[in-house]
Amino acid sequence: MANEGLDKAVSGEYALGFEIDIETETVPPGLDRGTIEFISKKKDEPQWMLDLRLKALEKWFTMTEPHWAHLEYEPIDYQSISYFSAPKEGLNSLDEVDPKILEAYKKLGISLEEQKQLAGVKVAVDAVVDSVSVKTTYSEELQKHGVIFCSISEAIKEHPELIKKYMFSVVPMADNYFAALNSAVFTDGTFVYIPKGVRCPMELSTYFRINAVNTGQFERTLIVADEGSYVSYNEGCSAPTRDEHQLHAAVVELVIMKDAEIKYSTIQNWFPGDENGKGGIYNFVTKRALCQGDNSKVSWTQVETGSAITWKYPSCILKGDNSVGEFYSVAVTTLAQQADTGTKMIHLGKNTSSTIISKGISAMRGQNTYRGLVKIGANATGARNYSECDSLLIGPNCGAHTFPYLESKDTQGQIEHEATTSKISDEQLFYLRQRGINEEDAVSMIVHGFCKQVFSQLPMEYAVEAKALLELTLEGSVG
Amino acid sequence: MSTNSIMTIENLQAKIGDKEILKGLNLQLEAGKVHAIMGPNGAGKSTLSKTLVGHYDVTVTGGDIFYKGKSIKEMEAEERALEGIFLSFQHPVEIPGVNNAYFLRSALNAKRKHEGKEELNAAEFLRLMRGHLEMLGMKSDMISRSLNEGFSGGEKKRNEILQMLILEPEVIILDEIDSGLDIDALRAVSEGINKMKDGKRSFLVITHYSRILDYIKPDYIHVLKDGRIIKTAGPELVAQLEEHGYDTIEEE
Repeated sequence: MANEGLDKAVSGEYALGFEIDIETETVPPGLDRGTIEFISKKKDEPQWMLDLRLKALEKWFTMTEPHWAHLEYEPIDYQSISYFSAPKEGLNSLDEVDPKILEAYKKLGISLEEQKQLAGVKVAVDAVVDSVSVKTTYSEELQKHGVIFCSISEAIKEHPELIKKYMFSVVPMADNYFAALNSAVFTDGTFVYIPKGVRCPMELSTYFRINAVNTGQFERTLIVADEGSYVSYNEGCSAPTRDEHQLHAAVVELVIMKDAEIKYSTIQNWFPGDENGKGGIYNFVTKRALCQGDNSKVSWTQVETGSAITWKYPSCILKGDNSVGEFYSVAVTTLAQQADTGTKMIHLGKNTSSTIISKGISAMRGQNTYRGLVKIGANATGARNYSECDSLLIGPNCGAHTFPYLESKDTQGQIEHEATTSKISDEQLFYLRQRGINEEDAVSMIVHGFCKQVFSQLPMEYAVEAKALLELTLEGSVG
Repeated sequence: MSTNSIMTIENLQAKIGDKEILKGLNLQLEAGKVHAIMGPNGAGKSTLSKTLVGHYDVTVTGGDIFYKGKSIKEMEAEERALEGIFLSFQHPVEIPGVNNAYFLRSALNAKRKHEGKEELNAAEFLRLMRGHLEMLGMKSDMISRSLNEGFSGGEKKRNEILQMLILEPEVIILDEIDSGLDIDALRAVSEGINKMKDGKRSFLVITHYSRILDYIKPDYIHVLKDGRIIKTAGPELVAQLEEHGYDTIEEE
């Protein structure tokens, strides 16, 4: 098969690269104590929060950027980034969201008007543009169930006891370079608390949009599932097409108590840059879940199609006995994208079990690395892990790399690891074409088949979105 | 027979890599008839089937192929398929994770769209598929299994025939459809093929052995040797080939 044909078939256009034409208030580039004080003041934060931020900043100043990942990129100039940007209009009242933002979210397929939700399916949304949450839907209805769903800025003011208790409890402020940066400058994000025994009555989601030029987005998400509760949470994101790289460094912390479960799904579609590596988001994210109570469960599902650089390892600390951690991932790198992603499963409790299903797809000049750690502690008797890492290569110029690490202090632990690398074979493509299916559809059919195990983990409406997104990413220009 | 020809192959020359395999092959497929191509190993039987469906391995270096009066030499593989040319593969490839029914419906709807017909929805399609499954003695899990993945040899061949029944092509090329089939599978597959005979469709049965020809009665036997058809005769030729082999066949 001709390579031009394939390249054409996999260099999909980025469909969400439009810019929202709104007035913003943006701080000048640069990062020092003054920047932090500005952000904290802008958000009207209590002194204790400012103190924590400044402490994180001091720590960050002493740290150096890590370079162990299989990623190549130009040095990031942290002093040239603007750390705060907010739409000027409609920040004071939820009813005063700039119509242009509502319009933009509509274009992204997300309704911020509660009554206009798709038939039957209620999804509560927290909409974050650049550094601020502009709207959170269904908050009142959720309150009736005791569920707290609000922006993290609001939570710091309204629920300080919960924030003080849980923020930094899973990802310490100086956990790593990017987490420390986030701890100092985080601007918004989502807070969720599900009380004891409550099954959250609707899907919760946050949609992050980077809009302003030369601005980084540093959001922080904290979800606490109290005993016996359940929540399914989804995040999505996008950014305008720009020539410069933009930095996104987020932190997500999940706390899961006894018998509780969190299902966390991500569809990451940040602007990927062009085929020469120009522009695109640098996505450095720390995500970690603490299964604190017995029989607790966490499931990370991610579909990563965007960003120029992705550095992300959603992890599970399985502390409670019988706790369960799952990681399902599809990472696509096409154009000149690079992804180094995977998970850490830390087994501490007895009879803990974890599953890792990772699917990497590389096309054009994309480089895709799976990096995973399974660690079984001395007291984790009866721990079990199953890992499966598959890579699919499309065309001759891309790459796939797998780095599974294993540390076991318990010799009884059961660990299974399987890894495969395959190419979309000419025979497979020809078979489908002989049945009248064109080359582009044939490629997407094979890729979907490859991702099936992961997509089946997503909530239905997101699975549909993920499929469509994958198609867009890998198809595009033909026909 | 030319007046009723659905496909005419004229002086076809083709190579795979640097190797010349078809060396001036002439053949006419008559509408509504079953043509069997027999010949020794390496004669070019599989290359012929690949050439007709536009396989990327093959380079056509001379001659032409006319289907319904139009040259298809330059046509893409999927176009030929949409126009009604179907190949039952000798070794159907496995495609993990692609649901068999989804694949089949996509193929059928691509064809229907091409013909300006309305696409079938999932329910309509399943009804159609279930009927064929039963006839072929296939289990209903064939609907949800991944395309050819982990199928036995017999299941793969039955699945090829299932696709043929659903897509209703007009020229059907069966490349070693009988290889690796037990007697029950052979019967089921043959029944599927015979069901497709409607006086208009044309079949090209490529085979090593005469066994399949007991089930699918051919109208013509063509002997392919060294890249050319060296003899065309009626079904009586099968017995002669069985007895004396290909060496005794003289070029006409």
